[in-house]
Amino acid sequence: MSTPVITVEHGAVGYDGRPVLRDVSLSVTAGDVVAVLGANGSGKSTLIRAILGLVPLGAGSITLFDRPLRQFRQWQRIGYVPQRLGAGGGVPATVREVVASGRLARRGVLRPPGAADRAAVDAALRSVGLADRAGDPVATLSGGQQQRTLIARALAGQPELLILDEPTAGVDAASQEAFAGALRDFVADGGTVLLVAHELGPLRPVITRAVVVHQGGICHDGAVPDPAGHHAEPDHDHVHPHGPDEPAGLWSN
Amino acid sequence: MELFQYPYMQRALIGALVIGLAAPALGIYLVQRRLTLIGDGIGHVALTGVGAGLLLNRSPVLVAVIVATVGAIAIEVVRARGRTSGDLALALLFYGGIAGGVLLVGLSDATSANLNAYLFGSLLSTSTTDLITVGVLGAAILITMIVLRPALFAISHDEEYARVSGLPVRTLNLLIAVTTAVTVTIAMRAVGVLLISALMVVPVATAQQITRGFRSTMTAAMALGLFAAGAGVWVAATADTPPGASVVLLAIASFLVVAVAGAAWRAVRRRTAPATVPVPEPHEVVLDRG
Repeated sequence: MSTPVITVEHGAVGYDGRPVLRDVSLSVTAGDVVAVLGANGSGKSTLIRAILGLVPLGAGSITLFDRPLRQFRQWQRIGYVPQRLGAGGGVPATVREVVASGRLARRGVLRPPGAADRAAVDAALRSVGLADRAGDPVATLSGGQQQRTLIARALAGQPELLILDEPTAGVDAASQEAFAGALRDFVADGGTVLLVAHELGPLRPVITRAVVVHQGGICHDGAVPDPAGHHAEPDHDHVHPHGPDEPAGLWSN
Repeated sequence: MELFQYPYMQRALIGALVIGLAAPALGIYLVQRRLTLIGDGIGHVALTGVGAGLLLNRSPVLVAVIVATVGAIAIEVVRARGRTSGDLALALLFYGGIAGGVLLVGLSDATSANLNAYLFGSLLSTSTTDLITVGVLGAAILITMIVLRPALFAISHDEEYARVSGLPVRTLNLLIAVTTAVTVTIAMRAVGVLLISALMVVPVATAQQITRGFRSTMTAAMALGLFAAGAGVWVAATADTPPGASVVLLAIASFLVVAVAGAAWRAVRRRTAPATVPVPEPHEVVLDRG
């Protein structure tokens, strides 16, 4: 079970000359469920965007499934869940149409969808509890349901690795539970997960390892740290502004 | 109706119908990507091609296809770079295009009536060769837009996700740009370069008021485009109005009718249906309670 899935070695990323990540090394092996934690602006989203090749690496190297990122072509092995659905130009799209996009990596550009594609889309819709909304325009869904649509899109491609960017930020409790259930099923089938989160909530039991990003570097890689201070309160409703110069505390030990 | 027994009228009508189908099939992707004005810009560039064609005594449509395609590729390269100066670069290209066109037409032996025909469309100018060009290229556009719909939908809807899916995003973006250029130029005869953009965008805007999905929007927009083009040519022939203006005004009239009817229907339904209480969303940002 130690097949390397993601390997980052001494990775550095900068925007317009301003360093966002410096000398980051990380390895995720098959079956891992890794949470990337950190304050807003710590660079945690940049880390997964670099792994996906969406932002260029300034230094270091990234390997996906034993292949350098530049040569990696087997994108059907990865399911990506972005933070939110873009608004676009307002042309309506049904939940099913959005989820069906998840099959493209597997099917290619030219092949029309077949029975296997439809079955995978149905299964993905069921796994996030949106089968009854398949024909509705995504714009009419709640934020949490839109997030579940994006997760279904990733699952529809039957990936081996799921990469999620803050999948539960601002999502209602029912959607968080539905999402945790879908993730548990994915992990039980041998899937690997890398997710960025601000807080874990119902996901916590599924996570096997936590990586804490602080000021562009990794300051913790191991067991999931316990929430401390007012973060530990059961009704703690998170997301207050974090500055880059936040005093040493929860994530910096 | 007896007007349509003349071959030139039949050619004008068939050409317009092909464009009425093809323009919204492409336009839906432009609307989804917030590029609704790009067709207009490429129309400006195409005019330089028309001028060059007239001056060199070559087929203006063919030269315009080439010039507009080069212009579209240039626009797409600027857009993909995402530089802030891109806006200015586009303005230079558009105004350069229309000025170049007017200048070249002026240098040639063509009359201002000729120029008008390219700007706003003309029923009389569609030759059999033109019609074959329009038919072949229009069919190619339609087939491309329909066969590639899942992939083009994916990149229009969420370009980053499409890239992570391993789709050839740059190639597909260039394909949309080139297809836009070809659509603009084949529509030149019937609707004119200054009005073709409306036929790409307005039927989509009309359809999306009442549809629920992307495919149904595309189908409805194509039907509306077909109606506007056919009825527009008929109005132009019977009332002797410029065809481009007739087609576009009919498309806009459909938009207004659907907008008003849709609003009225929603109002009626709200009054008859029991009020549904919207489920409150949890706040995404809560100010620190400390």
